[in-house]
Amino acid sequence: MSMTNVERLREFARPDRVFDFMAPARSPVDVRHGPILYLEDVSVSFDGFKAIDDLNLTIDDGELRCIIGPNGAGKTTMMDIITGKTRPDRGQAWFGSRHNLLQMDEPQIANLGIGRKFQKPTVFEALSVSANLELAMAGDRRVWKTLLARLDHEGRERIDEVLETIALSAERDRLAGVLSHGQKQWLEIGMLLMQRPRLLLVDEPVAGMTEPEMHRTADLMTRLAGQQSVVVVEHDMGFVRSIARTVTVLHQGSVLAEGSMDEVANDPRVIDVYLGGGDDDSDDTREEG
Amino acid sequence: MSLATMFKRNSLLDERSTWVTSVVLIVGMLAVVVLHALPSDHAWHLNGSVVSLLGKYLTYMLLALAVDLIWGYLGILSLGHGAFFALGGYAMGLYLTAQDAPLAGWQSAMVHFPVAALGVVLAPGLLALVFGWLAFRSRVTGVYFSIITQALTFALMLAFNRNEMGMGGSTGLTRFDELLSFSLSSEGMTIALFVASGVAVLLAFWGCKAITRSRLGRVCMATRDAEARVRFIGYRVEHVKLAVFVLSAMIAGIAGALYVPQVGIINPSTFAPLFSIEIVVWVALGGRATLYGALLGALLVNYFKTLLTGVMPDAWLFLLGGLFVVVTMFLPQGVAGLMAHLRRRREVTT
Repeated sequence: MSMTNVERLREFARPDRVFDFMAPARSPVDVRHGPILYLEDVSVSFDGFKAIDDLNLTIDDGELRCIIGPNGAGKTTMMDIITGKTRPDRGQAWFGSRHNLLQMDEPQIANLGIGRKFQKPTVFEALSVSANLELAMAGDRRVWKTLLARLDHEGRERIDEVLETIALSAERDRLAGVLSHGQKQWLEIGMLLMQRPRLLLVDEPVAGMTEPEMHRTADLMTRLAGQQSVVVVEHDMGFVRSIARTVTVLHQGSVLAEGSMDEVANDPRVIDVYLGGGDDDSDDTREEG
Repeated sequence: MSLATMFKRNSLLDERSTWVTSVVLIVGMLAVVVLHALPSDHAWHLNGSVVSLLGKYLTYMLLALAVDLIWGYLGILSLGHGAFFALGGYAMGLYLTAQDAPLAGWQSAMVHFPVAALGVVLAPGLLALVFGWLAFRSRVTGVYFSIITQALTFALMLAFNRNEMGMGGSTGLTRFDELLSFSLSSEGMTIALFVASGVAVLLAFWGCKAITRSRLGRVCMATRDAEARVRFIGYRVEHVKLAVFVLSAMIAGIAGALYVPQVGIINPSTFAPLFSIEIVVWVALGGRATLYGALLGALLVNYFKTLLTGVMPDAWLFLLGGLFVVVTMFLPQGVAGLMAHLRRRREVTT
């Protein structure tokens, strides 16, 4: 877990090392090599419990990836690592091929272009719907600039546009606290869009949504992919089936299987740990209904 | 863009509570000045000691405003704001003491008013900066933060009690004569200090209102309600907290500096943890996150304190404790919340 001094020195003097102070402060994400997110041999344990165990994951620029796995498979911990909330014990995490995520904290990573939606919808309940979006809008986040910031024409249009996308135009002046559960989910997705992220991490977007809402969410996710890379963690198999191109199955902190939905669903190991016979059937009926 | 346009754009006075509060403050201040100017045998004449007492209330209101800014809007419960108030007070106390007899060492510089004025905001500001930087960087929040602010003010109380500090030990600083070459005991000075306190309250009220209505103010409220979310949309929460905490400490320092010449003494009891808790009770009773609630709470509680400590001094602490329990259980939004509730009810019935 910890490095010896020699290892530390070797790491420090690596030939390809770019010292932080020499790198441009806010350089664009470098995706010339394909991947926008690259996790290698990442491990983290909490009190001896290995939440993430030698995880390897690559997300390509513009890809839409679904991640499934039973409870405790490490899905949320993985998102915590990518967004800087949790530091892994070992391994590497890169955003594009230039930005080492392990050297950055949450605001830096957010400003770099990684947006995150929590499992439990988290919106600012005491603020209006449009104020929620305004706060999330990409811009200068420094204290003084924030104090003097005003909503310009462009920002207003952007908010209108996102309100349209998340179907909350009529609720723009209402407090976010009074929205329904599904609407809060959408507002949080809208806040992600305001950030104009390169990579969206979306944790259980359709939990608590009605069937039509779920379809609209699926539609939105597919539309977003291409312009942005989207990683969706979801339990609802019907939803995953409706949007997934590539599915990654996590189990006990590492990747168990990866491939198209059909490949994954027919993988005996996956069936064993996760999908199971009964569950799959019920999800299929939901998809048809 | 400048601050001036920010104030204009926010059109501060479009909120009913803001202009009502402003009008009440201004009219109240003018009334006191006029009543004081009446001939002393007139039935409505206010004598100097009453004006000083009202001036003291105004400095408490300013202090309550500082606490509401960070507690009401940012969710940081500081149980040590008395320390910032006291530091501002001691800076002013040193200045007043230096007018009579030259002080030794670094304190000799405090004889100059501009230096002292700088000390009034810098001493609490720097303490808040260092303390806040350490606390917020380590993400100390909630009850843990409250406890260490109590420890901070308690430690300062012990330090200022020592004679070696050169701050008058347990007696503190007192027996002041002159402020800016005017006698402190003159009637003109009494009214000038009262007006200065009133103007400070008014300016701080408008300033705090402007901040809470800016985007920064919304970031504060967002931080209060969902701190992690604010981080993940890219705001440096610790910087926001630090900036507002330092500003709040400076306002508290100014309040302390205005308090000392009107009361005539500053001693370590101002650092007492109990005083800092009392400030929080004012704000809770008045109503959090409204600003005018804090002003109202500070005025009400201190008025009743003056009344009761005159009639039955032993009952005061029981009443204060009882008030806090009643407010917490039945009026979580304080008097301000109660008033808003009654107004809404009236609007519904009519």
